[in-house]
Amino acid sequence: MEAKKGRYGLYGGQYIPETLVPAVQEVEQAYEACKNDPAFQAELKDLMENYAGRPSLLYYAEKMTKDLGGAKIYLKREDLNHTGSHKINNVLGQVLLAKKMGKKRVIAETGAGQHGVATATAAALMGLECEIFMGKEDTDRQVLNCYRMELLGAKVHPVTSGTMTLKDAVNETMREWASRMDDTLYVLGSVMGPHPFPMIVRDFQKIIGEEIKEQLMEKEGKLPDAVIACVGGGSNAMGSFYEFIPDTGVRLIGCEAAGLGVDNPKNAATIANGSVGIFHGMKSLFCQDEYGQIAPVYSISAGLDYPGIGPEHANLNETGRAQYVPITDEEAVEAFEYLSRTEGIIPAIESAHAVAYAKKIAPEFEKDQIIVVTISGRGDKDVAAIARYRGVEIFD
Amino acid sequence: MSRISKAFENKKAFIAFVTGGDPDIETTEALIPQMAAAGADLIEIGIPFSDPIAEGVVIQAADERALKAGTTTDKLFDMVKRVRGKVDVPLVFMTYVNPVYTYGTERFAKRCAECGIDGIIVPDVPFEEKEEVNGACEAAGIELISMIAPTSRERIDMIARQAKGFLYCVSSLGVTGVRSKITTNIKEMIDHVKKASDIPCAIGFGIATPEQAHEMASVSDGAIVGSAIVRLIAQNGKNCIDPVCQYVREMKAAVASA
Repeated sequence: MEAKKGRYGLYGGQYIPETLVPAVQEVEQAYEACKNDPAFQAELKDLMENYAGRPSLLYYAEKMTKDLGGAKIYLKREDLNHTGSHKINNVLGQVLLAKKMGKKRVIAETGAGQHGVATATAAALMGLECEIFMGKEDTDRQVLNCYRMELLGAKVHPVTSGTMTLKDAVNETMREWASRMDDTLYVLGSVMGPHPFPMIVRDFQKIIGEEIKEQLMEKEGKLPDAVIACVGGGSNAMGSFYEFIPDTGVRLIGCEAAGLGVDNPKNAATIANGSVGIFHGMKSLFCQDEYGQIAPVYSISAGLDYPGIGPEHANLNETGRAQYVPITDEEAVEAFEYLSRTEGIIPAIESAHAVAYAKKIAPEFEKDQIIVVTISGRGDKDVAAIARYRGVEIFD
Repeated sequence: MSRISKAFENKKAFIAFVTGGDPDIETTEALIPQMAAAGADLIEIGIPFSDPIAEGVVIQAADERALKAGTTTDKLFDMVKRVRGKVDVPLVFMTYVNPVYTYGTERFAKRCAECGIDGIIVPDVPFEEKEEVNGACEAAGIELISMIAPTSRERIDMIARQAKGFLYCVSSLGVTGVRSKITTNIKEMIDHVKKASDIPCAIGFGIATPEQAHEMASVSDGAIVGSAIVRLIAQNGKNCIDPVCQYVREMKAAVASA
């Protein structure tokens, strides 16, 4: 897949200030060593199984299947992981890596707070200091997750620069890392940023797709016809897709946040509306204006509210191996409510974007075909926001 | 000899930075010739960017002001072209790779040359990625300025050997902005460069006082000041020309006596 180191076709690379280059190269070397170290892999496997609760369930959504009247629908239940989302897969890997590198402190950006909570959790477990950067807009939207991070011993910095959302949180975490890298690792939360992060995060998340394949083989004796996941930076989607890339019969579908609609300026649909640029360390697709100013994006979902996408996704889109579709706030909220009522599963509003697309296309499939939808996280954190969206004021 | 090289000929250079279009294009346009007259040997013009990850809060705020005032890359090119008719001081654009790439790297470099820009500084293009912009710069006849940082260590040799114009030596970890004290062993860093290359070295990040500028210029070939100037512009708005020029004169004197 990678044409040259850290590249996915045209995309990827290592566009970072000189100050950070040695730090990023140190991560690269340490990761290569750990990747091939059976002791590291055994320790990670133990954490995944005995701390995070893997493997996560592959659940047959029978009521949803009957209701939609098409493909058989399975849900990959990343929401059941410890901390409530797929983010734990990556942070257990990266925080363990930080520890092996002799780092004493980890820093991370977060959007919805899921990656922040996961990082704070792993840092608490492994005895590292932890500081989280989160856009002020998001600390307001996700008060509970902020308190949760503090409970876990992390310090949360509300970011007031720029648009005060996820991209600004990434900016601020990069600035912090450039000022202190000797004892600190930046635990990036998605398949984005400078090489090696898109590769490291994918490697730690690809367990999702590996489990899907194995579990579905056991239950159905065949591959799925489609795998659907939501995409912000794209870590749960990359994790779900990666194992299936060589299986060209499996459709890979990423659902991006269209906010109020792809034709409305208030959206975060990078593939639909973005163009090639270089930002946050990578060449990829970004929502931006003709002069390369990064656009202020919007989605009801703080976790998908990002103006870019991981470079490997940009390449999967370009080669046509994966397909990316925009889902609006309204469609996502409807899917959020639908899955809650139909299956008794409250998905994260991010994951609800994937559910929404599954609802749309399942009826077009034959009854013996299979769609797997990754439920990347649980929706408890979103309940107050969805209530607000429906005009109900509750305190969170 | 390029204009940039001349700025370092037989003297220590004082390099002044302003964010283009802060508080508006007219002020920047008036400021550049005045700063040159006040003694700036080279002027860096920042093309404002929405997400300047190498900048501290002072320049971040300047970028926001400039963008809000409607500054675009094209308006800055036009402004530079007008200014170039009046002054011979070397002018360098400082910006991030995305505004360059999105403009079309070759088109950007050509436009720089046409308007009288002598070089560009792109802090998020490190040595390993420099082909992204360097070919276009060479073809257009402008210089891509390289940077080294306190973390560069053994990387200094390869960077210095290929550096053009001058080498931008980042004094401290972190982002741009005034610092009360610069703790890096700058002399050691510069000595390392000089073993690899005779490229002029100018030190930037954190320099605000004449004492700091003097100290930095005494171990190198020049001092770069950004945030301290931008702060004066923030405080004085359109009336910034006199206070900025007064400051430039003081800083130039401190650098020249080093």
